[in-house]
Amino acid sequence: MSFQDILLQQLANGLILGSFYALVALGYTMVYGIIKLLNFAHGDLYMLGAFIGFVVLSFLSAFLGDSWTGILCSMVLSMIAVGLLGVLIQRVAYQPMLSAPRLSILITALAVSMILANLVMALTDGEYLAFSTDLGYDGLELGNVFITYTQMVLVGAAAVLMIALYLFVHKTMYGKAMRAIAIDQDACRLMGINVNRIIALTFFIGTSLAASAGIMAGTYYGSIHFFMGFVVGLKAFTSAVIGGIGSIPGAMLGGLLLGLLESYGTQIPFIGTEWKDVFSFGILILLLVFKPTGILGKTEIERM
Amino acid sequence: MSEPILEIENLETYYGKIHALRSISFTVNKGEIVTLLGANGAGKSTTLRTISGLTRASGGTVRFLGEDITRKAAHDIVKMGLIHVPEGRKIFKGMTILENLELGSFTLTDEDERARRLQHVFEIFPVLRERRHRDSAFLSGGEQQMLAIGRSMMTNPRLLLLDEPSMGLAPFLVQEIMRIIVKLNREGVTILLVEQNAKVALKLANCGYVLETGRIVIQGDAETLRRDESIIKAYLGE
Repeated sequence: MSFQDILLQQLANGLILGSFYALVALGYTMVYGIIKLLNFAHGDLYMLGAFIGFVVLSFLSAFLGDSWTGILCSMVLSMIAVGLLGVLIQRVAYQPMLSAPRLSILITALAVSMILANLVMALTDGEYLAFSTDLGYDGLELGNVFITYTQMVLVGAAAVLMIALYLFVHKTMYGKAMRAIAIDQDACRLMGINVNRIIALTFFIGTSLAASAGIMAGTYYGSIHFFMGFVVGLKAFTSAVIGGIGSIPGAMLGGLLLGLLESYGTQIPFIGTEWKDVFSFGILILLLVFKPTGILGKTEIERM
Repeated sequence: MSEPILEIENLETYYGKIHALRSISFTVNKGEIVTLLGANGAGKSTTLRTISGLTRASGGTVRFLGEDITRKAAHDIVKMGLIHVPEGRKIFKGMTILENLELGSFTLTDEDERARRLQHVFEIFPVLRERRHRDSAFLSGGEQQMLAIGRSMMTNPRLLLLDEPSMGLAPFLVQEIMRIIVKLNREGVTILLVEQNAKVALKLANCGYVLETGRIVIQGDAETLRRDESIIKAYLGE
């Protein structure tokens, strides 16, 4: 493989990894933007999305097969289920803590994260489950570079979801209200906006995006595990910070950037696969040294 | 002219342990401009916040159009036509002027009506039309106040609560804002105007109330209050 081929191949790998990070980072950033909460349970909702998708798919596969129809249907169902769970968590765990000191709600989020992860661990005995699909390994060959159709569809699906989110947030009244709440909740109340309802909507959208990424990851890697949300949650959080936390385009950009850094990092001599996280996080630390608010972040700094 | 639109009875509000409003009572009649005067910390903004539902009252009642709204959520009160333009304008910086105005009509589902109201706001504030796609953060203080009033007009108010619209504005802009308030009033909007600038407010108001440490200490028609300079001096420190 020539140098150029490696660049191209890693571009494909990085984009797919980056799409997952971006989808999860979006929920992080939206929730932070609206109630200034770092929802540490967000990675676990991604994991839960994969597991619920797994369960639904095993029921649906009898009728719809293990191919795209079945995967798409179970993805939609899992997104709705996890989205509703996100709203429930917000109502039960976070809403009562909103007037408490910031640290309390942060600890609550950690607790929710542990409950979800341990629940799934108990239910699955901590085993890896095979996310069996019937997608095959066909793909496009561009010179020496090979990209499977699965990879293309996954990146395409992530792009569609992100474009839909962008249009929703900028073109609809509910989307505009969502951005307005992030700026000033009292002013929103005075426009007749039911703030709690918009917060619930934000949780629904954010967590269902994480669920979609969970199923895509299951489809892509072929296996799921109760711990899979932990690392992705951390990386999505990092992506959101890199892009500028609170900024929706920032989360997309940050996710893609982190994905690309990781996949290119594996190709650098002496770094390779084991050190790829050190490489990408090293670059991210450097970036934050020079631009602490992230790529698209506002200059206002909130102390955590 | 003496049909009440807003009736406040023995209103009490606490901020933590601070007793901010101590049994305030007053009435605003349909079609009037009523002004609430007082020094900093007298409880003027708290009165407005309690009426619009942003702050919970701990006692007393607020009645709007005959209905008790004391325990009603702020977003539901808005739907009745009681609109509060808060202190410091609170425009959505980072969003365009057009988006700010559209959010004013959030409760509306009829797009034609939205366009009509937008047209009306742009007629009164041509400067907002010119810059409608610009970020509202870049507006001057006077323009921000115009945007805040324009945004409240998008909600089609019957009663407008204005909290210090003249704050921080140059004298000619204060005149402009006051002219617009009178214009809105002529269009049928009842106005409750909170001001520190008593001279300006009493010029357009029908009647006024002076607040001091959470109590109404003086009330009367604007004409009388304006003449009685000793009272104004004693309580407003001008």
